Amino acid sequence: MPWSEAMIKSQTKLPASDPSKGRVLNYTAALNEALTLALELDPNIFVLGQGVDDSSGMFGVTKGLPDKFDSQRVFDTPLSEDGMMGVCVGAAMNGMRPVYLHNRPDFLLLTFNQLVNHASKMHWMDSGQTSVPMVVWAAIGRGWGSGSQHSQAIQSLLMPVPGLKIVMPSTPYDAKGLMLAAIADNNPVLIFEHRWLMKQQGEVPEGIYYVPIGKGVYRRRGDDVTVVGTSHILTLALEAVDGLGDQGITADVIDLRTLKPLDENIIFESLSKTGRLLVIDTGWQMSGVCAEIACLAAEKAFHSLKAPIRRIGLPDLPTPAGFTLEQFYYPNAKNISAVIQKMCQ
Amino acid sequence: MIRFHYQGQGYYNIDLSTYEQAFLHNLYYAMLRIRRIEEEIERRYCEDEMKTPIHLVIGQEATSVGSCAALKTDDRIYATHRTHGNYLAKGGDLKAMISELYCRANGCVASRGGSMHLLDKKAGMDGSSAIVGGIIPIATGSALAAQLQSSDCITGVFFGDGATEEGALWESLNFAALKKLPVIYFCENNFYSVCSPLKNREPAGTRIDKKADAFGVNAEQVDATNVIKVYEATLRAILRINSGAGPAFLECIAYRWRGHSGAGDDSHTGYRDPKEVLHWETVCPVATFYNALIDQGLLHENQARRMEEMINAEIKEAFAYAINSPNPVYEDLNKFAYSD
Repeated sequence: MPWSEAMIKSQTKLPASDPSKGRVLNYTAALNEALTLALELDPNIFVLGQGVDDSSGMFGVTKGLPDKFDSQRVFDTPLSEDGMMGVCVGAAMNGMRPVYLHNRPDFLLLTFNQLVNHASKMHWMDSGQTSVPMVVWAAIGRGWGSGSQHSQAIQSLLMPVPGLKIVMPSTPYDAKGLMLAAIADNNPVLIFEHRWLMKQQGEVPEGIYYVPIGKGVYRRRGDDVTVVGTSHILTLALEAVDGLGDQGITADVIDLRTLKPLDENIIFESLSKTGRLLVIDTGWQMSGVCAEIACLAAEKAFHSLKAPIRRIGLPDLPTPAGFTLEQFYYPNAKNISAVIQKMCQ
Repeated sequence: MIRFHYQGQGYYNIDLSTYEQAFLHNLYYAMLRIRRIEEEIERRYCEDEMKTPIHLVIGQEATSVGSCAALKTDDRIYATHRTHGNYLAKGGDLKAMISELYCRANGCVASRGGSMHLLDKKAGMDGSSAIVGGIIPIATGSALAAQLQSSDCITGVFFGDGATEEGALWESLNFAALKKLPVIYFCENNFYSVCSPLKNREPAGTRIDKKADAFGVNAEQVDATNVIKVYEATLRAILRINSGAGPAFLECIAYRWRGHSGAGDDSHTGYRDPKEVLHWETVCPVATFYNALIDQGLLHENQARRMEEMINAEIKEAFAYAINSPNPVYEDLNKFAYSD
């Protein structure tokens, strides 16, 4: 869809990449490389999903794979999201490693019976006799009328479910390394990608490497406030923080990279220095990722806090489709900047 | 009023002597064993020591026994909440099963599943789901794994008539037919989902097997009070799969004598006529097979009595073993949160 491509390109703030640091790839090429390497590495890995073999190749993520691998390794599926998720669970329980791709997380809502009632629990319920090594991937949409049913960031709905892992990358390096780590993991791992990150470029090493699941990373170091988040909104936070230097405000910006398991320690470590916490998420604020992290901080790092915890997520409303309403709905770098300034007053 | 009548022909015109006696005895023994185990569970259930919701398979034993007799040990089966018959017929360990019902640490899944989640992977009893229809796509995935691995493993999946009202079944049949997967769908039609009769749930005249057939899955209706009919239908399905023609669907019709869950018949609550239960008791899968074997001179009463004695001894031993087994400890709770 050229319209959405054009808009995503216009929305992407391309960070300066230094080719001297290594090879530069764009986000979808990094994911494509991860899948290619995984398929070459292990014959038990297979990639499926509606449209994985069409000409656009799932935003480019699966482009070329059907030519390189046979049709049992990379295949288009019936829509049947619930049924196909169960097929992945059953295949994973019996020696295979499916990687099931979806255009949007909204469609995963049809699969909750298999994800929540089955995939997540099988290993525990049968006392460790079975594993369910599978990856479920979906790209959060935004803008150009995606609207209420093509833009939902549902990570917080799955975060409380024992047995799942949830990954939310924000850079091409992480997208590749986390995809490879997710495929190598012996548990059901969900990867929530964001459509607006897909034009990003960055240093991506060749070959196989793994970004550890459950470990956050500092994207900026500062003294006044700790900003914690993942995925696309983290890039907005970086923009906000980078713009506050003139006012003498600096921040630790922590990219959690994975929401479950959650790297609490990096948050507490930073808080012990800054004493101020802003949690940001691409999903709903109500009972969301921000709420959980804020609660953890209040429970376990209260003594570090100098100011009330703040959170920025989506309002308690469905996503509007129209352009003007969307501008009111989504947080932006300016909102984030304003909240940080207020916290530091 | 009897809503659902038996429509089969029993063992009329079936010459059992075409089978080896040992094989016939094994079938009879397996059905009798399940019946006696279920009766003992039921008898002791009121003691409240088996703290697990039981779903007795009494009246439907022939489906498990006939199908599993045709499957190999390393073929995999998947089940519903009504696991006992499937588990035992596939060769699941009895002591581990009874220990699981008693919530003991050495139960087949260390007290994490109970009656609804019996598992014995060595026997090819590979899992179950207590969500109606939930296991069907998973079993279909097991068959996909076998196909991708070029293995000759066949997957069988058991579910009730209620599951034919779940989308997951039809999504699975579509995919299995598309990929010609080595899977047999055993729909155990006992006419009731908990207390809801088929007539409240599906239009009059609905033929479940015909619906499956419309999805491109070879389907047939089987008198599942008759262990030989189930065995032969399963063999046909296996032959078809081995010829590369893809999945099969067997609608196995037999009656649930007991309530949906717990001990005893619950007809007195009014959802079905007690006369209907009595009607189906006249076509008991264990008794009709016994009578056919006796009539055709293929089993002696003495042999049958010896089987009873062996089964009784095994049951006594298994219950004593379970009751004397240790309970889980606190540290067990946190094990296996994730797979390493």
